[in-house]
Amino acid sequence: MEKDGTGVLSHKLLNDKRNCSHCGLCLVVCPTYRELLTETASPRGRLALINQAASGGLHISSNLMEQMYQCFGCMACDEICPAGAEPSGLVLELRNVREKTNPAVWKKLLFNGLVRKPDIMELASSPFRIYERIGLRRLVGLARKVNLLPDRISDWEAMLPNIPNRPLRQILPGVAEAKGESHYRVGFFLGCMQSLFFGRGSAATVRVLTRNGCTVLTPKDIQCCGMPSVSYGRQDLAKEQARHNISVFEHANVETILTDCATCGSMLKSYADLLEDDQIWSERAATFSRNVYDISEFLMKIPLVKPQHRIERRVTYHDPCHLRRGQGVWKEPRSLLGLVDGVDLIELVEADWCCGSGGSQLIGHYSLSRKVMQRKIDQLKNSGAEVIASGCPACQMQLNAGIKRRGLQVKVIHPVELLDWAYHGMRY
Amino acid sequence: MGIPWNEVLKLKNQFVDDLIKITGKDGILTTPEDLAVYSYDGTFEEHRPDIVALPQTTEQVSRLVMLAGSKRIPIVPRGMASGLAAGSVPFSGGIALTMTRMNRILEIDLNNAIAHVEAGVITAKLQTEVEKYALFYPPDPSSNRHSTIGGNVACNAGGPRCLKYGVTGDYVLGLTVVLADGRVLKTGGKPIKDVVGYNLTALFTGSEGTLGVITEVLLRLIAKPRQHRTALIEFNSLADACYSVNAILMAGIVPAAIELMDVTAIACVEQVMKLDLPTDIEAMLLIEADGKYKKSVQRDIDAVVEICKANGARKARIAQDEDERENLWKARRLVSASLARLAPNKIGEDITVPRNAIPETVERIKATSAKYGIPVVIFGHAGDGNLHPNILFDKHDPDQLGKVTKMVEEIFNISLEMGGTLSGEHGVGMLKRPYIQKALGFESIEIQKRIKHAFDPLNILNPGKIFSD
Repeated sequence: MEKDGTGVLSHKLLNDKRNCSHCGLCLVVCPTYRELLTETASPRGRLALINQAASGGLHISSNLMEQMYQCFGCMACDEICPAGAEPSGLVLELRNVREKTNPAVWKKLLFNGLVRKPDIMELASSPFRIYERIGLRRLVGLARKVNLLPDRISDWEAMLPNIPNRPLRQILPGVAEAKGESHYRVGFFLGCMQSLFFGRGSAATVRVLTRNGCTVLTPKDIQCCGMPSVSYGRQDLAKEQARHNISVFEHANVETILTDCATCGSMLKSYADLLEDDQIWSERAATFSRNVYDISEFLMKIPLVKPQHRIERRVTYHDPCHLRRGQGVWKEPRSLLGLVDGVDLIELVEADWCCGSGGSQLIGHYSLSRKVMQRKIDQLKNSGAEVIASGCPACQMQLNAGIKRRGLQVKVIHPVELLDWAYHGMRY
Repeated sequence: MGIPWNEVLKLKNQFVDDLIKITGKDGILTTPEDLAVYSYDGTFEEHRPDIVALPQTTEQVSRLVMLAGSKRIPIVPRGMASGLAAGSVPFSGGIALTMTRMNRILEIDLNNAIAHVEAGVITAKLQTEVEKYALFYPPDPSSNRHSTIGGNVACNAGGPRCLKYGVTGDYVLGLTVVLADGRVLKTGGKPIKDVVGYNLTALFTGSEGTLGVITEVLLRLIAKPRQHRTALIEFNSLADACYSVNAILMAGIVPAAIELMDVTAIACVEQVMKLDLPTDIEAMLLIEADGKYKKSVQRDIDAVVEICKANGARKARIAQDEDERENLWKARRLVSASLARLAPNKIGEDITVPRNAIPETVERIKATSAKYGIPVVIFGHAGDGNLHPNILFDKHDPDQLGKVTKMVEEIFNISLEMGGTLSGEHGVGMLKRPYIQKALGFESIEIQKRIKHAFDPLNILNPGKIFSD
């Protein structure tokens, strides 16, 4: 096996998804190109590098991989390409190829040892809860106000929402009965980030579902959806996670699987592709993926109980990439927000542009991520909205960081929370 | 003889350090990955530069050119590399001088309707900005979202609207150009009429980076037409379509655009975009009338449809709303890139012939396609005789590649025999270089080479483009 990986390029790197005519249209929609204005930071450039790596024209060097990791994975290039190339998909593929030949130890520790084990993850994240609880966080908040913190630390800290005392996984009942007559039996895939940091949003999801005739089963023994593993090139781990999660939901015996995390949803829906070549699992994965819906997608399909409260707020919406392009869902969350009386729904300019999170780019590529974030926050400020909704924990964290940095008074929520307020009264 | 390798490396590092002093560390790229991605444009030609420079001011460009000139290092100017003639591919090596970071709109002068912009401003961005003030910058190359004003001027870019409004060069009032020795030359100015001395502005327009580096542009703007009516007209016969084009213009109607799509182009777009286009016809004209008043624009488009019907049109559809209009245009705009789905590679030519020669030209190109068994898709700007025959092939197939070379030559010959020219809007670059002597004749080439020598005696500016060295 060659050290640089050219010998193990998978079939995905050799198929027509990399057929680029060099037209340059993808440069128009790429958030990293827009900031850096270099071809190297563009989808066409990354695809050229992938093609060079595949043909042996370039070694898969650490700098080449750095260009792959600089991609935010927003998929805007895949969407606009008239030739049907998928630069952002191939970027993930090359990351995967690289890990096969040069596996990084920390990734195994993080994605196999930690991310796959909810108990350990909850333990590992307990310092955050303690930090919030003993009031240390308020002190840090003051330090930010008087500019005592370095930018980076300040922004990272600001990503965290108000952290709940306990992970939602420990609180949610295994079965939440429908209020009144039960019309649907649905499985709820409670994502790690939702459970650990955004329990508020997922609790709202379950309340809204039960309010609308759903009996909600929340299996507690699921593992991470696998997106972090895929993003860092460990497709192998993601496959194991996929198999585990599929069998968990098979045992739960539910037809419909819901999630309120854009990233989880996009990953769960792609289990079919991920396990396509697995003879034993391909069919089960296809069935599973077919039954997965984002919460907004599902709610807009069923008759909803009319909410009784008015919410007098100017609200805007940010499209998570994993929802809009990953799942093709963009009308439903807007319709959902529009259901609530009193809401003044404002369309954010460039609502479907990446917020700069890319999962973890504010940590991995701080200054670039921050530039992309600032554009989003500029648009948010111009919109005059008091509330911004986005059904993705990573986007919410990024928005939180940007809003705190700019000193705006804008509340970041999951769209379903707005509906929950309309049913049960506002909570903030 | 020769300098030892480590000495060469030392010299190169010293040179790179000197460049960094001009642009800052961010502005000079030298990794193999950077060089690999600055090796191409919108064609399938590739050659890596040795260094990529991203200046941010005219002064930086001037110092870069001066420094490069002192070492006789070639400079290949580049915008967003959407070009279709390999004009910005650095076959000479040297510095890929990338203008994308000079992207400021310096002034929009409302009283004179003039925009002053840096070369790296994206054309569509300028258009959006001036339209906020009810102004209009008409040139609309299909790449307007991913090409720069500097690149548009350097290639004298066209587009569908050029039938009525003219090409890029018709809007260039003045330029700031860095000459081969680093001096900064300003040509033209805000006056619309100016006959003092030779028209250097026009000389640099379309010079493809061989005479100087364009860093700033003064552009004439006009009032934005408020009303548009677009019609899609189907013809069973291409000849009827072309005859109709002439009849429309002779009737005194000048539509903003008359776009021709032949059946292969229609099928290609339909396959990719699913726009419900008819695929059982020989040709389709997309005609847009525009103007200030709704009634007069409506009258124009009605007359256009009438003339087409009298000349054998099978069916005409007028877009009823803005969405439909956008969809009709979307089809035309994305033809070129959609072709990429049909074959791994394409060569898109842009020959221009007298209007009445279009049917025969198309027939002869089709015959060439049949002779070699390689598909050619034809579309273009019928109003000004500008055709885009696109040859679809696979460059990894040596047999096909050989045939394609012959086909290109035959297509150029057809155009010249029909009284046409090699290029209406893409420029010569590298791809058309072998054919220009035949097109222009010895005297013209000789005098143009003398002009090149006068501006760039060391031949460091985009060497080898347009003419051989």
